[in-house]
Amino acid sequence: MAADEIIIQAQQVQKSYPQPHGDPILVIAPTDLSINAGEIVALLGPSGSGKSTLLRMLTGLSKPSAGRVVWHGEPLGNVQPNVAIVFQSFALFPWLSVLENVEVPLKARGVPPIPRRKRALKILDTVGLDGFEAAYPKELSGGMKQRVGFARALVIEPEVLFMDEPFSALDVLTAENLRSELLELWDKREIPTRSIFIVTHNIEEAVLLADRVIVLGRNPARIRTDFHVQLSRPRDRKDTMCSNYIDYIYTVLTQPEAAPTVPGTERQPEVRGAKTMYEMLPHVRPGGIAGFLEMLDDRGGREDLHRLAKDLSFELDDLLPLTDASVMLGFLTIENGDAQITPAGKAFAHADIDQQKQFFREAVMERLLLFRQIRRVLESKSDHAVHEEFFHDLLDEQFSEDETLKQMQTAITWGRYAEMFEYDANTHRLMLADEPIRTSPLERVQQ
Amino acid sequence: MRTFARSVVRQPSWTIATDICVLLFGLACFYGVVLIARYWSGGAIPVSEINRSPRALPMYAFYSLARVLIAYFLSLVFALGYGWWAAHYRRLEAPMLAILDVLQSIPVLSFLPAVMLALVALIPTKQLGLELGAIVLIFTGQVWNMAFSFYSSLRSIPRELHEATEIYGLSKLQRFFTLELPYGAIGLVWNSMVSVASAWFVLMVCEMFVLGKRDFRLPGLGSYLQTASSAGDTVSILWGLTAMVGVIVLLDQLLWRPVIAWSDKFKFEQVESASVPRSPILEALRRSQTMKLLDRKFVSPISEGLTLRLARRHGLPQRASSGNRVLNYVMVGVAALGIATVTLYASAHAFSLLQQVDRSSFVLTLKSALATFVRVNVSLLLASAWTIPAGVAIGFKPKLARIAQPLAQIAASVPATALFPVLLLLIVRLGGGLGVGSIVLMLLGTQWYILFNVIAGTMAIPSDLREVASVFGLPSTERWKTVILPAIFPYLITGLVTASGGAWNASILAEYFHLRDQTLSTLGIGAEISRATDDGNFPLLLFATIVMAMMVITVNRLVWRPLYRLAETRFKLEV
Repeated sequence: MAADEIIIQAQQVQKSYPQPHGDPILVIAPTDLSINAGEIVALLGPSGSGKSTLLRMLTGLSKPSAGRVVWHGEPLGNVQPNVAIVFQSFALFPWLSVLENVEVPLKARGVPPIPRRKRALKILDTVGLDGFEAAYPKELSGGMKQRVGFARALVIEPEVLFMDEPFSALDVLTAENLRSELLELWDKREIPTRSIFIVTHNIEEAVLLADRVIVLGRNPARIRTDFHVQLSRPRDRKDTMCSNYIDYIYTVLTQPEAAPTVPGTERQPEVRGAKTMYEMLPHVRPGGIAGFLEMLDDRGGREDLHRLAKDLSFELDDLLPLTDASVMLGFLTIENGDAQITPAGKAFAHADIDQQKQFFREAVMERLLLFRQIRRVLESKSDHAVHEEFFHDLLDEQFSEDETLKQMQTAITWGRYAEMFEYDANTHRLMLADEPIRTSPLERVQQ
Repeated sequence: MRTFARSVVRQPSWTIATDICVLLFGLACFYGVVLIARYWSGGAIPVSEINRSPRALPMYAFYSLARVLIAYFLSLVFALGYGWWAAHYRRLEAPMLAILDVLQSIPVLSFLPAVMLALVALIPTKQLGLELGAIVLIFTGQVWNMAFSFYSSLRSIPRELHEATEIYGLSKLQRFFTLELPYGAIGLVWNSMVSVASAWFVLMVCEMFVLGKRDFRLPGLGSYLQTASSAGDTVSILWGLTAMVGVIVLLDQLLWRPVIAWSDKFKFEQVESASVPRSPILEALRRSQTMKLLDRKFVSPISEGLTLRLARRHGLPQRASSGNRVLNYVMVGVAALGIATVTLYASAHAFSLLQQVDRSSFVLTLKSALATFVRVNVSLLLASAWTIPAGVAIGFKPKLARIAQPLAQIAASVPATALFPVLLLLIVRLGGGLGVGSIVLMLLGTQWYILFNVIAGTMAIPSDLREVASVFGLPSTERWKTVILPAIFPYLITGLVTASGGAWNASILAEYFHLRDQTLSTLGIGAEISRATDDGNFPLLLFATIVMAMMVITVNRLVWRPLYRLAETRFKLEV
């Protein structure tokens, strides 16, 4: 097996979604990416960064808006690639037994009943589902269900096995177990699969599993870094090199502008930052930010992000929005995978509730365009009220329809917390809050 | 040793009984088909003599059942096709749904003249023409909700399941049988039950009617009941009723219960639920040797053969090649042009028909529409007035609910139409007019929907909400206002929507009735439509139908849909 034989290659693929009014929104910037024989590739990125969309373009499920994907030199569309996907939600047919579920892809290929049954039984044996042939998916635990998912994918002997967050619906131990079994099958060459492509938001998983890690940035999605993990397997997560890689990925993910050095090399990957008009609000509650900063301060104000995530058993998707928001508001800085609380952050964390709101309000007004605009519009209107959709139209220019709604929802949560404005869910109108806004906490105490 | 142990296990003797039953049932079906075939291929008898002796009833029940089942089968096929197309072709989706919306609001009777005259003209010499006419009419009464159900099931299939079928290269038909049909099965089964129930409801209209100067009368339960009621023969009415209820109960036990139990495996759930519907008949069938033999010898080989035939040859791209695509566009273009031409032609004719409606009947129709509108809403109010308190009371006491629910279900399964004659006789004897009587008749058919939903809603109120109300010692009006009514709101709306649709349909029968050689009628759009059919006054029929459809659609759009949305957003009890 030639090590750098390219199986699937994406050439300048991009994805954009048309908007009802206005220009289409670019979700994935033009991207080059190849999947080579003999390697496990992990695709990492924050939630909503377009990892799954990229996977779907590589498999041919979704057509790129521009650029093309080739399989052994042939563009997809002319050929049907021999690939399989293991889904996050398992995507099993509940009305079919385990055996029948595994037989589905073979039926699609017109394999006659007897060889079909033989192959399905053999693969069920390989993934450790011997004896469960007649069971229905709803009788199985999550881990067992995903085993069926694996069996169904492997039964067609795919050249590339794609996995879309295959372990994220499982509990930690089950995921660990399944992951190591998969690695064993791969390392012992018990499956004819030539390459594995896994989408994940678990940094540790990526470093432990993959030969190559690709990290996506968002808005629009673009490759931030693409590097080889030069460690032999089995890997130990306590190993220094391992944690260096993990720190490196944290740094890339938390600092959109930075271009840190890949551990073990001198290489500085090309990192492009994107400058946009509206800051993308991470979807967290202000109370969550306060709690996070308080805890960080209790730990001495500085902490390794990976350790923090582990101690709190936070997934990347839980932690990143919190750090993003804290950085955005000037409460936190991040360096080399370490989070450092700023003086403003310290003050915010230890203030009482009224002061916290005051600090939050100031930070938001100073740093976030959307809030300044909301405030200006509300103040300039004679009735100090405006329909929510007014801002939808502004955000629409930059975000997808879905994301616009989410952004507005978060903005409303933040604005309500900061007592900047009120929101009436029945009329969908934002209104200027009454007096308390203008008085500072201190004045109120004096009154 | 093993073989020995197995042979010792005694075959329970009653599985043999099941096998005999299955065989006998098969023979009976065969005989039934022969009977129907002989009757249909015979000469046309537009006006059958209806025999009021109870001994004729089994035959009538059989004919009616055959019509209902054949119409149901047609509906199923149509619903699957229509739903599939609407869900798969983006451009067709909106118009197809709009058409469905309109068709759904047109009462069966309005289809009657067109369908009947067309089929009798097509097949004038054979009974087949008449029978097909009746079947198509029943079809128009049951198909729309099924099509809509299948469409919305298809649209709600989780994305990853779709992607799984695509990435593994299932062909369109394989995808239909592996994913789409099973996914839609549960919705289809429940809607099938509703549809067949409404078929019994419209049977009286479809089997016996006057079309201008032509009289149509097909042998069946519907015409038996109508004949009996026009003669004022209470004994025969009761016989007919018994037969109809008997058929419905049998159908429920022999068909729907097993089907519901069987379809439970299509439930899209990740964890096994605690209560699983059961049917002893289904279990017996599953054990039957005959069924196993049939499965092994016929069903399995045929489905295997089909599966392989349906498989897409591997390695071929999914998308149509460019030449095919051009051909596709041409075909679509030609089809669209054809449809447009026919539509234009037909609507021009319809328009000229409409111009024949004179001013007085124009005004009268609008007035009738208003009268029926008021009547429908009064009946909904009356129904709510007793079903909400009763439903809440039942729902709060699980023990009571366990007894009351099946009883109410039996009461609801008795077709309201069949009870109409009896009730009418009673109302007339008491001196009430049809104006009030028709409200009672509407009530009879629709109150159950509200009751069931209120009970279900009350039972779904979380116990902590109820406890909060009692902890705070809310007075009972407050408790109704802050806890009970908001909590049951979504269920209540569902019940009211169904009931409202049912009431509009019932107006056709409730406002215009032949009884003892006289025609009872009252001011109402239903009466208007019935009279126009009787008189063969097609312009008026068309106009009244349009008015009614517009009213139903407007009310749906302006009242029910916003309420529904409100129920789904603000009053949803999220756990």
